[in-house]
Amino acid sequence: MSATGIGAAVRRKEDFRFVTGSGQYTDDVVRPGETRAVFVRSPHAHAKIKSIDVGAARKMPGVVDVLTGAQLATDKIGNLICGWMIHSKDGSPMKMAPHPALAAAKVNCVGDAVAVVIAETYEQGRDAAEKVKVDYDVLTAVVDPAKAQAPGAPQIHADIANNTIYQWHLGDAKATAAAFAAAAHVTKLDIVNNRLVPNAMEPRAALAEYDVGTDNLTLWNTSQNPHVARLVIAAFVGMAPEHKLRVIAPDVGGGFGSKIFIYPEEVVCLWAARKVRRPVKWTCDRSEAFLTDCHGRDHVTHAELALDAQGKILALRAKTIANLGAYMSTFSSSVPTYLYATLLSGQYDIPSIYCEVDAVYTNTAPVDAYRGAGRPEATFVVERLVEVAARQMKIEPADLRKRNFIKTFPHQTPVIMAYDAGDYHASLKKALEIADVKGFAKRKRDAVRHGKLRGLGFSTYIEACGIAPSQAVGSLGAGVGLWESAEVRVNPTGSVEVLTGCHAHGQGHETTFAQLVSERLGIPFENISIVHGDTDKVQFGMGTYGSRSAAVGMSAIVKALDKVEAKAKKVAAHLLEAAEGDIEFKDGKFTVAGTDKQAAWGDVALNAYIAHKFTGQELEPGLKETSFYDPTNFTFPAGCHICEVEVDIDTGKTDIVNWTAVDDFGTIINPMIVEGQVHGGIAQGIGQALLEGAVYDKSGQLVTGSMMDYTMPRAHDLPSFHVGMTETKSPSNPLGVKGCGEAGAIAAPAAVINAITDAIGTEDLAMPATANAVWSALKRATPRQAA
Amino acid sequence: MPAVSMTVNGKAVTGDVEARTLLVQFLREHLRLTGTHVGCDTSQCGACVVHVDGIAAKSCTLLALQCEGAKITTIEGLAEPNGPLHPMQEAFRENHGLQCGYCTPGMIMSALDIVRRHGNELDEHTIREQLDGNICRCTGYHNIVKAIAAGAKNMPKASTRQAAE
Ligand code: FES
Ligand code: FES
Repeated sequence: MSATGIGAAVRRKEDFRFVTGSGQYTDDVVRPGETRAVFVRSPHAHAKIKSIDVGAARKMPGVVDVLTGAQLATDKIGNLICGWMIHSKDGSPMKMAPHPALAAAKVNCVGDAVAVVIAETYEQGRDAAEKVKVDYDVLTAVVDPAKAQAPGAPQIHADIANNTIYQWHLGDAKATAAAFAAAAHVTKLDIVNNRLVPNAMEPRAALAEYDVGTDNLTLWNTSQNPHVARLVIAAFVGMAPEHKLRVIAPDVGGGFGSKIFIYPEEVVCLWAARKVRRPVKWTCDRSEAFLTDCHGRDHVTHAELALDAQGKILALRAKTIANLGAYMSTFSSSVPTYLYATLLSGQYDIPSIYCEVDAVYTNTAPVDAYRGAGRPEATFVVERLVEVAARQMKIEPADLRKRNFIKTFPHQTPVIMAYDAGDYHASLKKALEIADVKGFAKRKRDAVRHGKLRGLGFSTYIEACGIAPSQAVGSLGAGVGLWESAEVRVNPTGSVEVLTGCHAHGQGHETTFAQLVSERLGIPFENISIVHGDTDKVQFGMGTYGSRSAAVGMSAIVKALDKVEAKAKKVAAHLLEAAEGDIEFKDGKFTVAGTDKQAAWGDVALNAYIAHKFTGQELEPGLKETSFYDPTNFTFPAGCHICEVEVDIDTGKTDIVNWTAVDDFGTIINPMIVEGQVHGGIAQGIGQALLEGAVYDKSGQLVTGSMMDYTMPRAHDLPSFHVGMTETKSPSNPLGVKGCGEAGAIAAPAAVINAITDAIGTEDLAMPATANAVWSALKRATPRQAA
Repeated sequence: MPAVSMTVNGKAVTGDVEARTLLVQFLREHLRLTGTHVGCDTSQCGACVVHVDGIAAKSCTLLALQCEGAKITTIEGLAEPNGPLHPMQEAFRENHGLQCGYCTPGMIMSALDIVRRHGNELDEHTIREQLDGNICRCTGYHNIVKAIAAGAKNMPKASTRQAAE
């Protein structure tokens, strides 16, 4: 392993700019003549708009224009769309309600934008926005997904009965029912997977500029996938032809899924910039972000597990209601279906699975993918069922898992996925050692002496990453392919630029991708640049989410590097006057087999461009290759997390006293970065389990609308983590990588709740397990547990 | 509009601001020092932390006019131009104490204040408790805690502690 090659903990290229404050995020970009957009938002969750009066606002100082949804419609700006078609059990297509970027007739959630003020300064915009008079006819709201389909519930969208978007299912209902009928033991759980607010630390922002001379529009945007944004805004919203729209996603301060989607604000900024013929910038306040960023999770589930007398799992079934909020966001339909039910087999050999999912509209912010997206919900269902079953059957939880682990690969589950590789015993074994599970009984006894209850919780999770083979997702309803692109440009001096369709917003691609190139070409790490996030520079690409950048994005780079090497060998053959077949390439040097003739990388690069040693008929000059890589399968990262907690009997406060994570991510490119991804994921998972939860009151007001009310995990809420790795290579891509971005968030919630319920001796505990929730659960479980 | 004068990163600056202009707006929009970030509107996240007369302060919660005559240091002022990084900046890089980098300037400025108040030998518990005003969504804090402990060790001793508690 070289110091900067694959497997080295190389320090990140991007950090110098970030630790010196010289990163460039969207709000840092300033264009000459820039104006500021301030949105007028609905204070009501559900209301008809009777009238909007912008007269007074227009007269305010510094106001350039005030625009409404009626004008948007007149200008024929199209609706936002959801790009993944789901069909109901009865074959009918999902019911997608129109989602205009500015509401003209009706608002469906608090924060729905009804008008926008364009002003010289932000303050002037805010002052004017307060003068926009909107007359509402307030309607009854529904916010609880479990109540959205009830007879008499308020109907949110015309023609969409019972607020039901689809009623979908997966698996074999009959076989599953038969297995349950024959089971020796059945475990049943009612689960609420709590609604989360992503809260990337950089709030969303958009800056749009119109060039009158060329009729081109440019959008700087906090996006995880600028090409997809451009495609949707061009082809569906109809803002401009695709080639007249440039989208730049500069440094982006975290995404976690929430910056995948196409949002109303960027559409409005583009539209307004063309109307006022000046650049228009919008930067989200955190309060606005709480109301308008797509939220995550929000499932209500009843789940059951059937086992035989020996603890062998026979079948699993689940019925879930998924809240998609007021409108269908870009990929929302896929999250509670193909990203959820397909993972309900966990790490286990389960003969029959059946899952039904109803997706509903409510008067809440749209819900879409948030770190893990469907897979944390699935893992929570599976790992809670397995843990509770073990307790009920008086089998050690680790032991019950072992009895049911999948041992041979490939393994076809009953819910679409074909797991390609893994060793679930290995990660469990290593985790048991690191967590010193043997010593737990003593630690538990010691804890009692100082008034604490200790508990241990496991989560042996699986996820499907490396999203995804285009044909496969196409057959499941995806409106796009999920390949990735790469272009490797070798310059005449031998330095290299890699243009990738992936987008980094914290993942460190500038470092890891350069490690790959450094290893393959044997050139210094410093001589490699990774270019991403600008549709004018980079060929079409699909962006970064679903832990796909290593498995899919880097595979595209490998393919392009293969082509570069092949072409460079041809050039070297001319340069060294040898047969192409005799050229060998290693450590940045071209040699001729059996001779001492050699050429350095830089010589070959230069010769490719000066083209003095060959004719253009023999070989095209230049050294630049492109590849579009479509994966052959998903990848299946898996592992075992063990959480140890101490619960204070008097207050219910939970302390996480030990966290062990052993993950199998296949080949590791940079262990430092991978561990960082694991840490961050676990923190978000612990946040979901202990602290975070978006709460709407009955009228549809977001009660947890700021960081004072919504508990973000802070440093003192979390422990340091013990992170270990096992490795089985993914056979589904050339590097053998699997992806690591979501594992922690997927594994953690079940481990935490399994640990707390172990400590307090009752399963009756919902997330977030705040001190109050745990204390109340202890009380309910009296007289046995409460002090 | 009233005028305000202060020293920012060793340079005297003046500007005309509205009475309601926040220090962070003055830094970012008037002076174009965009290393100081805004992550919330309720004084919770610490992305905006700078030093005002040597003490950490949330620049989103101060009016520019309150800083008349003050000495402000922002993330841009920590290292000499073209000089080496400040030990705390270096420690964040060395320990992978950042991912997206958005919280990082505020984290580093807060870390320096922790060293000022608690000295160069910081245990994990102290660091975690003292980071109460800074939120990071990416790192899970594990490597931030390591970075601050390492950076504190590598900083010059006495000189960091003179400001009164
Ligand atoms: S921006 Fe100052 S505390 Fe969040
Ligand atoms: S590094 Fe992204 S918020 Fe801290």
